[in-house]
Amino acid sequence: MDTTLNSKVPSGPLESKWRKHRNESKLVSPNNKRKFDILVVGSGLAGASAAASLAELGYNVKCFCFQDSPRRAHSIAAQGGINAAKNYQNDGDSVFRLFYDTIKGGDFRSREANVYRLAEVSVEIIDQCVAQGVPFAREYGGLLANRSFGGAQVSRTFYARGQTGQQLLLGAYQALARQIALGAVQMFPRTELLDIVVVQGHAKGIIVRDLISGEISAHAGDTVVLATGGYGNVFYLSTNARGCNVSATYRAYKRGAFFANPCYTQIHPTCIPVAGSYQSKLTLMSESLRNDGRVWVPKQKGDKRSPDQIPENDRDYYLERKYPSYGNLAPRDIASRSAKEVCDEGRGVGPAGLGVYLDFSDAIKRLGQETISERYGNLFDMYHNITGENAYQVPMRIYPAVHYTMGGLWVDYNLMSNLPGLHVLGEANFSDHGANRLGASALMQGLADGYFVIPYTIGNYLATQMNKKVSLDRPEFAAAQKEVQKRIERLLSIKGKRTVSSFHRELGLLVWEKCGMARSEASLKEALQKIPVLREEFWQNVNILGEGAEFNQALEHAGRVADFLEFAELMCEDALERNESCGGHFRTEHQTEEGEALRNDNEFCHVAAWQYNGPDSKPTRNVEPLEFEEVKLAQRSYK
Amino acid sequence: MNFKLKVWRQPRAAAAGKFVDYQAREIPAESSFLEMLDIVNEGLNDRNEDPIAFDSDCREGICGMCSLVIDGIPHGPGKAKTTCQLYMRQFQDGDTIWIEPFRAAAFPVIKDLAVDRSRLDRIIEVGGYISTRTGSAPEANSIPISKQIADLAMEAAACIGCGACVAACPNSSAMLFVAAKVSHLGLLHQGQPERSSRAIKMVRTMDSLGFGNCTNHYECEAVCPVEISATFISRLNRDYGAASITDALTVG
Repeated sequence: MDTTLNSKVPSGPLESKWRKHRNESKLVSPNNKRKFDILVVGSGLAGASAAASLAELGYNVKCFCFQDSPRRAHSIAAQGGINAAKNYQNDGDSVFRLFYDTIKGGDFRSREANVYRLAEVSVEIIDQCVAQGVPFAREYGGLLANRSFGGAQVSRTFYARGQTGQQLLLGAYQALARQIALGAVQMFPRTELLDIVVVQGHAKGIIVRDLISGEISAHAGDTVVLATGGYGNVFYLSTNARGCNVSATYRAYKRGAFFANPCYTQIHPTCIPVAGSYQSKLTLMSESLRNDGRVWVPKQKGDKRSPDQIPENDRDYYLERKYPSYGNLAPRDIASRSAKEVCDEGRGVGPAGLGVYLDFSDAIKRLGQETISERYGNLFDMYHNITGENAYQVPMRIYPAVHYTMGGLWVDYNLMSNLPGLHVLGEANFSDHGANRLGASALMQGLADGYFVIPYTIGNYLATQMNKKVSLDRPEFAAAQKEVQKRIERLLSIKGKRTVSSFHRELGLLVWEKCGMARSEASLKEALQKIPVLREEFWQNVNILGEGAEFNQALEHAGRVADFLEFAELMCEDALERNESCGGHFRTEHQTEEGEALRNDNEFCHVAAWQYNGPDSKPTRNVEPLEFEEVKLAQRSYK
Repeated sequence: MNFKLKVWRQPRAAAAGKFVDYQAREIPAESSFLEMLDIVNEGLNDRNEDPIAFDSDCREGICGMCSLVIDGIPHGPGKAKTTCQLYMRQFQDGDTIWIEPFRAAAFPVIKDLAVDRSRLDRIIEVGGYISTRTGSAPEANSIPISKQIADLAMEAAACIGCGACVAACPNSSAMLFVAAKVSHLGLLHQGQPERSSRAIKMVRTMDSLGFGNCTNHYECEAVCPVEISATFISRLNRDYGAASITDALTVG
């Protein structure tokens, strides 16, 4: 396999690259499209929009998801909104500004041309979604409403109450449902990918398990599209859904696809703090709350007074103090780290001292409770339900939690991995968010990849694959299927003493402490020492009951945790090797005097793309240099 | 907190099921209902007893995957919440809690508390969309839609597709689910061309898949975690009625 990383970014000025590329991309004629089978794995925004759009073009599509319905993919949980450079507010927004904000927000660690394209197609996404009937918020005159969102100085975020992700996903799901009814997409719900099949160096199939019957089967295709989301659940506690996992992308990595920047993880600043060890997930409160809420902690360490007893003078509105121009809207990584800092200083609030206040009293005074309720009512209700507290009367307590992972499989400008035939979309790839993702950009990227990029770029691969169809008779399929079967049998045969969840919790806590909001050489080396020990214990002492050929949720979880136990090591290795701070990757050794992330552009202005070398060898760290033609690298400043 | 649980156990769709007693001990009041079941399952696993199968995913009330009937009520006591948003502090220490799957002929049990709701997808597939191809959309602001209409459409669109409405209905009707989608799309300008055919196809498909009919019990509205209003059923009836007449006249 080719190990040089050719990004295939088109030449020419930034603003015409995508147009040029589309004009030069290979076309597949209608009568040939129906000869191609495309396997789409995942049915979130990226997967569903890709499956529907590719089917509309005439390709034969099979789509797989582990949920009981494609409508339930975790994109559904995004609350805040979707960015687009429509400039409907006449506030000076443009494609260039959205591009620049995204690349700056990502701390100059993303690929310039990909990000520009993302900003460019953002405007088409809004048109597409409105045509599908997505009920975006509107103004009284009937036109679309916008709001500003974390890290942006213009109002470019479109939203549907606090349920933007749900409404966008339903739009894509409905487009997919239409294609299913037309017979253009064959849908496989409750089906999990367990391996990628590589034939003569190309991804040509997948091995899946039917989660109801436990049956293992193989599917052959002309290309595989992975849209399987991020790996945030390596931390056990995250805002991700329970089922989110790294298995599909990690399996692809073990089959030769490079895993890029796994150390880039995003910690979201506005989550409900952890309440106890039994906890199964952390709940995000949309960061749109920061538009009207003010973040503060007591000035004095150990101030246990109730918040209403703490006078203004004794409060530290630390984001407003440290970042006067952005204030409470400072980007996610900065807001998160600042919260950790004040808690580390002993000024945190709540029972465990791991929380900061998000206070709406000024906004309620200014705008009235009705307006606040209209904007955030469902979030206040959710907060009340979970904590038992009424945030109209007492400030919310928030704390950062793992939310999104910017790292993912390496892809070129066509969204194809270095493993030919494997395309990777949405959170599963690495390309657009650099070291930190801006708010309201995940929905934008998922839909950009699925609706407006892959339908054009997939032809560049498929046009080279005429008459190269592989059949399930190839020995590679039987071999991969057998490996999958053997792994399941091995997991079931251990019959040790510990539950799968206990291993997952232990791993999660370890990486949260050693490779979470702040990392150091020492903490990472410690993690790298402990992870293999834990993994070893897992394979000797986990207790999974039941059979493989049945509905077995512990077995599903075990397979995912087994992959997390390997992946965690790769993540820490990458964090150790990236000896700089950037965006969500904060190495304590590298910070400015004010405690900001200090990049090292001379040595690390590149993508680290990890190559698997077998179970007993270290992976190789390949490098794609990041070349900026249009923007100048600058120290991020949100002061 | 300690609880006595009576849990529906059923090894597979074709097998008979029964209630089995379990003790849930030392449950923190701050834990959610599903976290309580997680704790019980860890204990079962440690005693080499088959853990209780139940569905959940996002655990923040939006994905619609969790689906328990608790003390006879889909999603349990309390208004406007999914099972995963139910917290143990809402129960009394020592309570006996009955836990069952969503029950409807159209939702066969897969195992224990997990059911197959894929027929809801079948209903969407026949018409729960606006037929628009990627790339063919006009400029988003070219058609203004009044805030009032957009807000009403959003209220209908909020349906999470959990199926609690079906489980609560004495007839196992999916009318609220269908009404929500027909109303969401039928209210919007973009949804007009297919408004009649959508209502007819979705209602007829619902009937053919083994869901019952609506006889105005309003149980659906009472359990809906996102408070979809039953008035949308009136809207559906109006659309369906008008469309049936047009349909009959055209065919005749």
